Amino acid sequence: MSNGITPSQTVGPFLAIGLPWPDGPNVVPLGTPEAIVIEGCVYDGAGQPVPDALVETWQADPASRFDHPDDPRGQAVAPAGFRGFGRSATDPAGNYRIVTLRPGPLPCPDGGTEAPHLDVSVFARGLLDRVVTRIYFSDETQANTADPVLASIADAERRATLIAAAVPGLNGAGRHFRFDVRLQGEGETVFFDV
Amino acid sequence: MTASEPLAMGELALPHYHSAAGVHPPLDTPAYGSSRLRAPHQQLVPLPQRLTEITGPLLGPERVSASDADLTIGHAGEPLGERIVVSGRVLDSDGRPVPDSLIEIWQANASGRYAHAVDDHPAPLDPNFTGAGRCVTDSLGRYRFVTIKPGAYPWRNHHNAWRPAHIHFSLFGRAFTQRLVTQMYFPSDPLFPLDPIFNSIPDAAARQRLISAFDIDLTEPDWALGYRWDIVLRGRTATVFEEGM
Repeated sequence: MSNGITPSQTVGPFLAIGLPWPDGPNVVPLGTPEAIVIEGCVYDGAGQPVPDALVETWQADPASRFDHPDDPRGQAVAPAGFRGFGRSATDPAGNYRIVTLRPGPLPCPDGGTEAPHLDVSVFARGLLDRVVTRIYFSDETQANTADPVLASIADAERRATLIAAAVPGLNGAGRHFRFDVRLQGEGETVFFDV
Repeated sequence: MTASEPLAMGELALPHYHSAAGVHPPLDTPAYGSSRLRAPHQQLVPLPQRLTEITGPLLGPERVSASDADLTIGHAGEPLGERIVVSGRVLDSDGRPVPDSLIEIWQANASGRYAHAVDDHPAPLDPNFTGAGRCVTDSLGRYRFVTIKPGAYPWRNHHNAWRPAHIHFSLFGRAFTQRLVTQMYFPSDPLFPLDPIFNSIPDAAARQRLISAFDIDLTEPDWALGYRWDIVLRGRTATVFEEGM
């Protein structure tokens, strides 16, 4: 039922006036022992970085729970300082960066299991509505294989656009990931209609 | 109501948010030049609404201080321009108020200039106006800002292109699925028929929902004109738990 829903409009080129928060990229406080870094670049259809985008993330905590009243398993008590929500404006080189905890896997209403993931919104001048994607983790091979959303994307190359790549040698194994967003063209990221 | 029933499998009964199909502008809108290299070309993939989609950040008072809803204070002096009150309610498409929810706004000053390094429009900056505000809806979904009426400004989308005056609004609702960023316009703007961003919304009636209404009851004598604007987010199929709300 779409009766009366307010339509979307672009954030325009000046979202930096109103949307970034100093602590936006830190889903957990800096220095949290189990924290991971997810970073990457937002590219346009010409392969150029997008310096005026905003990347937002939303995710479960490491125990697979949400601090939210609509979680039918009961509202979780968030781990100390964990907000679940991240927000990073891109810098002049198009890069964003989120510091968070690894989300746990999630039960599906039909009995399956979703692999650990973050839901992502990308906003930018030129986007009349947000685009929605997901970040999965490259070192969750088994869970990713069983994930119903990944399984719904037949093309393996397209599916691969949703997998953040582990960056070796930084922060120890499984602590640092790279996830680029390609808005258009070759290697275009899978975007969702939610 | 014909919306699908909530998913009731085992203990995982999830609300389901109504589709907004046909409401939002198509991403691929060539008349808006900036979309040409940024709008995805591939079909969007349907994403079922599961736990991550039906929850979302419940951001409230901890992100806001009391003065954040008044964009005319916090500087050495008063900003130039026409002082206005912008107020309304945030509802969902089933008429439920959206309470305790963060709203963020940003806008140009009265001369049509943004306090941003990239804005090179040769109109004056106002040292007393930054143009960013925040507030949290009350228990009935109501919000209220005090600000300055923004000016129209030129942009380079096409020859003699001018944006109608607008205020950018960002809303979270209660679920990832409800997230919305949009723009509020002012009544009777002569630039509406010429603006590719406003006209990117395919349905004319939906377009009108972005235009605020002058409201004498919101207008404060000897002080500020009032504009009313209600915002409607996607409604949801109630779970059994919520019946009777």
